[in-house]
Amino acid sequence: MEDLPVLDLVIFAPLAGILLLAFIPKERLDALRYVTLGVTLVTFVISLGVLGQFDPSAQEQFQLGSSLQWIPEWGIGYITGIDGVSLWMVMLTTFLMPLGVLASWSVTKRAKPYFIFFLALETGLLGVFVALDMFLFYLFWEASLVPMYFLIGMWGYGRRIYAAMKFFLFTLVGSLLMLVAIVYLYFQAPGGPTFSYVELLDTPLTLDVQRLLFLGFFASFAVKVPLVPLHTWLPDAHTEAPTAGSVLLAGVLLKLGAYGLIRFAIPLFPDAARDLAPIIVGLSIVGIIYGALIATMQRDLKRLVAYSSVAHLGFVTLGIFVGSVQGMSGGILQMVSHGLSSGALFMLVGALYDRRHSRQIADFGGLAKTVPVFAGIFLLVALSSLGLPGLSGFVGEFLILLGTFFTYRWWVVPAAFGVVLAAIYLLWSYQRVFHGEVTNEANRSLPDLNPRELAMLAPIVALIVFIGVYPKPFLERIEPSAQRVVDTFNRSTVRPETASVQGGGK
Amino acid sequence: MNDLVLAAEGASADHTALAPLIIALPLASAFFLMLFGKRIDRLAGVIASGAIGGAFLASIITFGSVVAAGHEAAESHRFFDWITVGDFSVGFDLLVDQLSAVMLLVVTGVGTLIHVYSIGYMHGDARYSRFFAYLNLFVAFMLILVLAENLLLLFVGWEGVGLCSYLLIGFWFEKPSAADAAKKAFIVNRVGDFSFLLGIFLLVATVGSLSMVAINAEAGAMSAGVATAIALLLFGGATGKSAQIPLYVWLPDAMAGPTPVSALIHAATMVTAGVYMVARLSPVFEASGEVALLVVGVVGAATALWAAVMASFEYDIKKVLAYSTISQLGYMFLAQGAHAYSAGIFHLVTHAFFKALMFLGAGAVMHALAGEVDMRKMGGLRKAMPITGTTFLMGCLAISGIIPFAGFFSKDALLAAAWADGRYVLWAVGVLTAFLTAFYMFRLYFRVFEGPLKVPEGVHVHDVPPTMAAALIPLGILSVVGGVINLPGVLTLEHFLEPVVGEAQVPEGAIAWVLGGLAFVAGALGIALARAVYLSRASSLRRRKAYSRAPGLVDAARDKFYIDRIYGYGIVAPGKALSSYLANVFDPRYVDGIVTGTGRLVARASENLRGIQTGYVRNYALVFLSGAVVILVIQLVRVGL
Repeated sequence: MEDLPVLDLVIFAPLAGILLLAFIPKERLDALRYVTLGVTLVTFVISLGVLGQFDPSAQEQFQLGSSLQWIPEWGIGYITGIDGVSLWMVMLTTFLMPLGVLASWSVTKRAKPYFIFFLALETGLLGVFVALDMFLFYLFWEASLVPMYFLIGMWGYGRRIYAAMKFFLFTLVGSLLMLVAIVYLYFQAPGGPTFSYVELLDTPLTLDVQRLLFLGFFASFAVKVPLVPLHTWLPDAHTEAPTAGSVLLAGVLLKLGAYGLIRFAIPLFPDAARDLAPIIVGLSIVGIIYGALIATMQRDLKRLVAYSSVAHLGFVTLGIFVGSVQGMSGGILQMVSHGLSSGALFMLVGALYDRRHSRQIADFGGLAKTVPVFAGIFLLVALSSLGLPGLSGFVGEFLILLGTFFTYRWWVVPAAFGVVLAAIYLLWSYQRVFHGEVTNEANRSLPDLNPRELAMLAPIVALIVFIGVYPKPFLERIEPSAQRVVDTFNRSTVRPETASVQGGGK
Repeated sequence: MNDLVLAAEGASADHTALAPLIIALPLASAFFLMLFGKRIDRLAGVIASGAIGGAFLASIITFGSVVAAGHEAAESHRFFDWITVGDFSVGFDLLVDQLSAVMLLVVTGVGTLIHVYSIGYMHGDARYSRFFAYLNLFVAFMLILVLAENLLLLFVGWEGVGLCSYLLIGFWFEKPSAADAAKKAFIVNRVGDFSFLLGIFLLVATVGSLSMVAINAEAGAMSAGVATAIALLLFGGATGKSAQIPLYVWLPDAMAGPTPVSALIHAATMVTAGVYMVARLSPVFEASGEVALLVVGVVGAATALWAAVMASFEYDIKKVLAYSTISQLGYMFLAQGAHAYSAGIFHLVTHAFFKALMFLGAGAVMHALAGEVDMRKMGGLRKAMPITGTTFLMGCLAISGIIPFAGFFSKDALLAAAWADGRYVLWAVGVLTAFLTAFYMFRLYFRVFEGPLKVPEGVHVHDVPPTMAAALIPLGILSVVGGVINLPGVLTLEHFLEPVVGEAQVPEGAIAWVLGGLAFVAGALGIALARAVYLSRASSLRRRKAYSRAPGLVDAARDKFYIDRIYGYGIVAPGKALSSYLANVFDPRYVDGIVTGTGRLVARASENLRGIQTGYVRNYALVFLSGAVVILVIQLVRVGL
């Protein structure tokens, strides 16, 4: 068991699943669903093996990986490995995938290609999180883009073509700039041209060059996060994507950007990152406030959740760039929390859409009476999203704000005010959908959650509570990796005020 | 500073042993009822009451061991780690000392009575078991709040009780007013919590820890400026939770919830959380010099007077009690502002008795009158409802500060403390408020319970069923004799609390008697005035005369001095307008327009001006490749140079 390359198994298990699907006739809907569910579940179980073998106190930076020659003459290798950051991104992906399959029951048209794209997406996403070769990373990065494009464009709603195109366009422009930076970096490696991440870490670069390369990577990642003002593809993509598409988009795809910042943008170009950090911190805080204000006035529930993602991801990038271990750890945990809560919210909105073919807040009202279980779960998830202590959303946000206070002091004031705004847009929309009398006759006979829907929501709810009460298993794996990135970030400058604060003892 | 915790741990018997059980009982019951409540239906009330009753017994045992341990009773224990990153670490740390032991008794004791009362009161409600689940959950969070040894765990309880308050105010969510009030309560409290959270950050940065013991030990070493900032930020949180100026506006609306909720959450326990927090962190407030304490005292006194005025003009019996609660909480802060933390806690305890009693009495009246809350439609109910009427009178006498009822002792203690501290203006405001308090309370009592019988049409008045009487009678008795817990020579709460909150200055000798006498006279005069205006034969004539003298003022008071409207027009409306503009104009038109436009230009250029709608993915591959080629060329040129 020890010698099994579990990590590589996790990445390619979904690909193997695609082979299985290829043999199933396209009209056998149930077979397609259950096989996909089975494949994603098996992938999740294997990933539990990864979690079990991961050693939180390991000395080396990356674990459980492989390193194979691929195209040696070009310095390209198949190099994988995980640390405490990518571990949780992998787990989040494998955890959400089976739930995403359960959320795809309403897909009946062209189900076979749908599920094939679905599994291809999983491999793409997992590959991004484990790749430690820049070429391999870029391959997976682009590979994850294509299935999502088709999922939105072919199985989406309304203006799906427009939304898919916009998603594609934004991401593409960002990716190209990153590609330029990667290729430039390739030639600068101290030991001759290579794509190996670990070797590239020590590339000596002047601050000006670092800045340009950083911005190249940043363009790609900031679009994905998304950081204001590059966020406008998100509400459209979310609104038109099929339910599972939204779940994965919010749950995992947005994390690709934040992950990229932590893994690549900061460690490869630490001086530039530090240099530009105040701008990014500022944009993050703008995102927190701006996303929340816009969410307040949305009439479509999906757009509301989409803008709330802008606000929440603002917290994530804030934590990443404030340069304290609390901020960084909180940002990483917040990525997991947001994946859970926004994933669940999209599932719930999707379940509502399946019943009423509407997502307009104005079409609802009084649902707490007709669908009490649905209402209860929605409230719990919303409370986690607005950062209620005892649920997962609080832990990340608190650490981010604390970390911000350590290094940026009073910048924390507008950021923390985002917590008030979150309560406003979530509780106001909750009131309009669930409270009051049932005014619309069509809502009177809505069925409550069915067993399949409970099965996809219960694990998320359980995890939201677990992380809220006992985040230790998560934080103790995140912290060493977060510390490493923060050390790189702070390497060449001394921040006396930080040092004195953090050295204050307890 | 960890040594202190250890020293405290080693000092005496293990009285944190029962602490987790005290929290776990109501918590487990809440989860059980949430999951299976529907099936057991009527039993839900019994199970919930049993869980709280069990917690009450465990609290008594804990209290006993704290008393036995004497002065050095404080003991804390970490049950598990919660959030640990870098040097920052908080856990599920519970602290049992004199202060938390007193709070335990109040929360679980009054809580048990109100649970029992609710069995009768909520009988027949469609969401009967859900009600008890929420009520249990509330108590569990309240217990976390009072047992927390670190400020972040206190914050868990703090926001948790806020959540339960939201759920219970909005319990009858079909009513738009209830749903509105619930949302308002949560959001207004969030504003306070925002301030509280900033205080927490500043504490971590200053002390390096959120442990209460560590904070209080380090407080003396803080600079006055930092201590003032921390104290005021935390107090900002208290103005939300404990409904003080400027964040009190949610509490009157919160009366839309079921009446036992108003009694338990919005009178006896949750709203006192701010008072408790100030007492718990009194060294920080002390370290701030005079500024923070002066703010606390002035806000408290101003709120006490302001809310008492509002109560005097209100016709909704529950809202009179709500304003009264705000006013009485103001008294507690007034005392704390004068260093008299234990007097604040003393008043917290007696207030829990008589205000819970009066809310439950108001609930009994509503129960009997088919939900009627307008006191103009009531009269002479004491004869028809002797248990309710008599116990309610006990509560009114207690809050009015009449000797020997409970409120006299606690109000006297805090007014005397304000005097002794030289806060004469605040003292005078307190005495004036005492007069108003007696006036509005007896205005209510005379209108509702005395005079000729008057009830809404078609209502058959009945007194309370046994389960409700079982709560009213003990609370009535406590309202009469509750003062003994701080009777010199008998039991002294203030002395008991000294190890936690320190010793307060109290006036000695003749001046003490004079001050006590004045407070009493103020209350008696208030009752006399209420009698003259509401019970005597000429009462309605007198009222009309009074109204004609200043109609504008009376109308303003009845419209809550326009405060809700000012907040509405000044904060809510501009906020909505800004959000609307951003959502409907700024974001789609400008941000999206510019970013998408730029992107489209780039795409157009790189696609050789072909439409983006067709064959996009193929084009993408092309762009991908051409991009790579361009880079390679650049590189080659570079290397060539």
